Amino acid sequence: MIVKLLSGDTPRSKILGAILLMILVALALAPFLFPGIRSVDTAARICVFILLVASYDLMLGYGGIVSFAHTMFFGMGAYGVALASTHMGRGYDALIVGAVAGAVLAAVVAFLIGLFSLRVRAIFFAMITLAVASAVAVLVSQLSGLTGGEDGLNYQIPRELTPAFKFGGEVMGVKLNGKLLNYYLVFGGSLILFLVLLRIVNSPFGRVLQAIRENDFRAESVGYRVVNYRTAATCISAAVAALAGSLYAIWLRYVGPDTVLSFEIMVDILLMVVIGGMGTMYGAVIGATVLVVAQNYLQELMEVASNSVEGVPLLPQLLDADRWLLWLGILFILSVYFFPTGVVGRLRAGK
Amino acid sequence: MSDPILKLEGVYTDIAQYHILQGVDLEVPRGGVTMLLGRNGVGKTTTLRTVMGHWRAKTGKVLLDGQDITTLPTPQIARAGVGFVPENMGIFSDLTVEENMILAAVSGPIDPARLEWVFSAFPPLKTFWKGHAGNLSGGQKQMLSIARAMVEERRLYLIDEPTKGLAPAIISTMARALRELKEQGASILLVEQNFSVAKALGDSCVVMDDGRVVWSGEMAELATDAGLQERLMGLSMEAHQ
Amino acid sequence: MSAAPKHAPTMAKMSFADKIGPWLPMLLVPAIMVLGLASIPSMSSWLTLTVSGLAMGMMIFIMASGMTLVFGLMDVINFGHGVFISVGAFVGVSVLMVLASMTEAPSLVLNLLAVLLAIIAAAIATGGLGWAFEKVIVKPVYGAHLKQILVTMGGLIVVEQLIVVLWGPEEIYILRPQALQGAITFAGAALEKYRLVAVAVGLVLFLGMRYVLRSTKIGLIVRAGVENGEMVEALGYRLRLVFVGVFVAGSALAGLGGVMWGLYQEVITAHMGQQMMILIFIVVIIGGLGSVEGCFIGALLVGLLQNYIAFIEPKAALISNIALMVAILMWRPQGMIPVVKAK
Repeated sequence: MIVKLLSGDTPRSKILGAILLMILVALALAPFLFPGIRSVDTAARICVFILLVASYDLMLGYGGIVSFAHTMFFGMGAYGVALASTHMGRGYDALIVGAVAGAVLAAVVAFLIGLFSLRVRAIFFAMITLAVASAVAVLVSQLSGLTGGEDGLNYQIPRELTPAFKFGGEVMGVKLNGKLLNYYLVFGGSLILFLVLLRIVNSPFGRVLQAIRENDFRAESVGYRVVNYRTAATCISAAVAALAGSLYAIWLRYVGPDTVLSFEIMVDILLMVVIGGMGTMYGAVIGATVLVVAQNYLQELMEVASNSVEGVPLLPQLLDADRWLLWLGILFILSVYFFPTGVVGRLRAGK
Repeated sequence: MSDPILKLEGVYTDIAQYHILQGVDLEVPRGGVTMLLGRNGVGKTTTLRTVMGHWRAKTGKVLLDGQDITTLPTPQIARAGVGFVPENMGIFSDLTVEENMILAAVSGPIDPARLEWVFSAFPPLKTFWKGHAGNLSGGQKQMLSIARAMVEERRLYLIDEPTKGLAPAIISTMARALRELKEQGASILLVEQNFSVAKALGDSCVVMDDGRVVWSGEMAELATDAGLQERLMGLSMEAHQ
Repeated sequence: MSAAPKHAPTMAKMSFADKIGPWLPMLLVPAIMVLGLASIPSMSSWLTLTVSGLAMGMMIFIMASGMTLVFGLMDVINFGHGVFISVGAFVGVSVLMVLASMTEAPSLVLNLLAVLLAIIAAAIATGGLGWAFEKVIVKPVYGAHLKQILVTMGGLIVVEQLIVVLWGPEEIYILRPQALQGAITFAGAALEKYRLVAVAVGLVLFLGMRYVLRSTKIGLIVRAGVENGEMVEALGYRLRLVFVGVFVAGSALAGLGGVMWGLYQEVITAHMGQQMMILIFIVVIIGGLGSVEGCFIGALLVGLLQNYIAFIEPKAALISNIALMVAILMWRPQGMIPVVKAK
């Protein structure tokens, strides 16, 4: 049953399996295990990023395509929900319309970009997505009439998903309210979509993608239309990223360029997928969990380190809490060089 | 044949997961044309590319004039005096004929006397000296490719199928030029599918099959022994006659 | 490949389209100027915008040229190229601040000298950084595009953060040297002096680069290497050394462009290079990856279009570049001047 849910793609390493199970249980019971607004927020962020990074892995790790527009697709889903909720009024119909519209738009845009770049050279895709994504990000902050500009949008979601909705009293000291339901919507949505992605990469389609990644000339000569497969992977990946964005927008009840469109998020996604392990799907789970947790607590750690070396030239600036990206960048380069298969690859190799 | 200019000892070369050369032993004597013959896909081009260092021998040795060049970088092999005319001609089509030739003269400006000799062998190159190499016809490109190797005196010339796909008139120009080169005392290792050209030019001969050398000896011996030809090279020779 | 039927020397026949083809992109620059003239009502605004578009284009070209050559030669795609722009700008501006007495003096000679010193310092710094970047970041991932993109992006992040460590997180505002401030009036149009200088510098660099590529042996090796690196090596040239040289030169040019861009914007940030990369990518893609001429034309097109559109419909300026890219890729999927690649 479980193997079937995982589409036969088991973790293939006892330690990895144990870690994944731990993460699953922790996320499933997060509101009860780690009560408190900040930790539940972190848990929801982890769920969304696992999905987002897994969808990116479909493109990068399985399709061998580098995209810098994943935040753009993420943002399309988020803004879809935000705009629908703003203009249609609060309601589930707005959430559904927004999410579907965002996903469709993301797939269409991905298709168009693929049309212009993948047909010529796969690296065009990386360059063009970077250009298009930046243009869109600027556009979103400029069109403040529609998107709220830099301030973003606040909107209402159905009452059942907000803290104001209460049902029953408390369980294990946790208030049963709409926020809890909202969390389980995010958790459940992410889990289901993750399993769908797992199914896709283990389908015949996914196997062809992997063959293309290994050797696109051979795949082409065997008769697969490489461009079509890559384009399809890109579209699916974009649509799932948009759905992740929709879940995030439902959770936050706010969207803004910094939270869903910024280049920093793109960098985060890259770090997560590389550190977790490209082309494994489970790498997304590990990468997203580790990095989201690290970002929340690493900065505090660096603060301490920075203070302790006060007076030494340059060191305090290097260890400044705002410089965590410096160290993640170094970690990123080292991972690409020395363990391109990431944590998952390492664990599997060492089983 | 005491002191060969080029010697391969038990060379194995892999390309990706394919074992292309499986223990090639061959000698190119100093002075004269050594033909490298064999059916398509037996490793002739790979042998030349391994000598040039484009592909690396997994095991075995490549000796140029007694010096081990097996692991030398390609540019150093070239500067050790090896002129290479690759299968695809390697013309820089964005450059003019003149610029192609300037690049080919690695050790300095082109020697005018030698250039005149090249022009006399390949008159079209003089006509289109300032033209883009990309606009040359197929035969003219092949001339340029050989001319680039000829523009300086090399210790060894590696020439891969100079007559492939060319009209008979141009083939005879090629053959004449190679003969002149040979008469100057050059050592040439020549891959050739056209057996009549091979017969006319070759002094000694090496035949390959399945990544190995299966026969070597005098060209004259092979040329007169139809049975041997049939046995060594099979159908492909008929196709080329 | 067809053989000539007789041994009579004939060049392969070229059709009219083949002959005119390579020149078409060059005609696009005047064409877009004429279009601009037609849609901008006032002649003097058109002149102002044209000069500013050309200046912008020249600076983009300086910053982008190294990247396109690096790609052409070794098939290396450097997503970190933009960081040389930022580093160049910070080094150059620091030098200018030290030389404040020269930049504030109302003497054109002293001002230009200060700018020259700043540019040289920036070029040396970014050239050196480029050399290190090539050794540490790029060399281990030759031949693997995916890793190249990831690792060079990582390099960009790290160096950008180091800029912040060294110069602080705040943007730095700068004033152009005294004599380069303000504008001159020509035919009723106000032309900023600095932009004229930028056009001149860009033109000189372009012609210089063309001279090196067309008329020196190094240039021949580079051009030949873009088409068929293996054959260049088989002739006896160490392509790897040439490549490192081009990488360093390209980084130095990006640094130089960074100083000029910083003075143009009168503000510099650690992210400026990363932001420029967007325009640079558009320019090298539409120019044809690996082609210096294509890069030059592409940069001028982007510069002019951006300025015209910003005047006509400011909100469309950003999208205009994307639209230009789409239009050109529909016309020529490999870019305006596709680079011939052997094999």
